[in-house]
Amino acid sequence: MKTNELVTLLSTNLEPADRRSVPRTLYAALAAGSIVALGLTFVGLGVRSDLMTTSAFIFLVMKLSFAVVIVGLALVYLTRLARPGGERKTPSFLVAIPFLVIVVLAGISLALAPSSHWDKMIVGNEWLECLISIPIIAIVPFAISIWAVRRAAPTNLARAGAFAGLAAGGMSAMAYALHCTDDSLPFVAVWYGGTIVLCTLAGAALGPRLLRW
Amino acid sequence: MTTHEIELKALMLASLDGDAASHRALLDRLSRHLRAYYKGKLAGIGRDATEAEDLVQEAVLAIHIKRHTYDPAELLTPWVHAIARYKLIDFLRRSRASISDVPIEEADAIMAHDDNVDAESTYDLKRLMQRLPEKMRCSIEAVKLDGQSITEAAERCGISESGVKVNIHRGLKTLAALIARETQT
Repeated sequence: MKTNELVTLLSTNLEPADRRSVPRTLYAALAAGSIVALGLTFVGLGVRSDLMTTSAFIFLVMKLSFAVVIVGLALVYLTRLARPGGERKTPSFLVAIPFLVIVVLAGISLALAPSSHWDKMIVGNEWLECLISIPIIAIVPFAISIWAVRRAAPTNLARAGAFAGLAAGGMSAMAYALHCTDDSLPFVAVWYGGTIVLCTLAGAALGPRLLRW
Repeated sequence: MTTHEIELKALMLASLDGDAASHRALLDRLSRHLRAYYKGKLAGIGRDATEAEDLVQEAVLAIHIKRHTYDPAELLTPWVHAIARYKLIDFLRRSRASISDVPIEEADAIMAHDDNVDAESTYDLKRLMQRLPEKMRCSIEAVKLDGQSITEAAERCGISESGVKVNIHRGLKTLAALIARETQT
C-alpha cells in the first residue's frame, strides 16, 4: 500500500482528539486505584481500633502524608512519562526526596532512643504483615495504572512502568496505614519505604512487557 | 525554533480540533520527514532501505492513533521524534537486530530532511483488514474508506454511532498491531 493512501484513510472523517485525555485518564486511574486499595484494607484487614488516641492519630497522619506525597509525585511523573518523549526532560531523582526525608527522620528518632529499643522500633509487631500486605494490596491499583498509561504512549517503558509501580505502592501504603498499628518512624522507613521501592522495581521490570504499543 | 516546527505545530493543533485538511497535510509532510529519517537510519546500520516505507506507515499510524498524547504546551518536533525513534527501536527489536547501533541524536534529526518518493509498503492494508473483527472492519470501511458519515456507518454496520467511533479506534489499533506482525522479518 502507498503511504498516501494510508494518509487519506486516516484523514477521512477525522474526529477531534481530546487533548486533556492523558492527565484525566491518569487521575481517574489513581482515584479508582486508591478506592480499591482502601476497600481491600477496610474489608480484608479492618481499620485500627485506637484511631481516637492522639499518638495513633499523629502517626496515621504522618504515614498518610508519606504515602500521599509519593502518589502525588508519581502522578506528576506519570503524566509526563505517559507521553512520547516525556522522559527527555524529566529527571527522576526528585522522587527520592520523600524516601530520604523518612530515612533521616527515622535516623533522628533512633538516635534519640536508647539502643535497647531499636529492635522494637525497626521490626515492630507486624513487619511481616506489612511486608506482605502492601505489595498484595498494590496489585489492582498497579493494573489500573498500567491500563491508564497504556492508553497514552510512553516511550521509556521501564521508567513508565516503575512510576506506575511507585504510584501503586503509594496507594497501597496509604490504605494499609489505616490498619497498621506499628507507630515508629524507623518502621515506616523500612517496611513502608522498602515495600514501595519493591513495587517500583517490579513495575520497572514489567513495564517493557506490559506497556508496549 | 524552525519553520518546520511552527508550521507543523499549527497543523497539529488544527488537526486535534478535527480539521481533516490540516490532518492530511500534517501526515503528508511528516511522512516525508519520516521517510528520509528511516532511510538514513536503516542505511546507517546496513539494512535494506525498502523496509523504510513499512516503518513510515507504522509511525504515521502511531502518530494518528496517539495524537491525543501530544501536549500543546510543548514543541511538536520532540514528540514526533520520540514516536519515530520508538517505532524504529521496536522494529529492530522485532527483527532481532542490535538496537545498540541506533545512535542517540537530537530531536531535530527527524525534521532534517524530507523525501517524497511515495513507495509501496510490503503489506496490503485491504488484505489485513479482512482479518479484523466484523464490526471494526465494517466501521473503518464505511467511514474511512467510503467516506460515509458516522450515522450512515451505524446503519450499515448495525451498531450505535458511538459504537462506530469505538470500533474505528480499536480497529486502527488492531491494524497497527497486524502490520507490526506482518513486517516481522
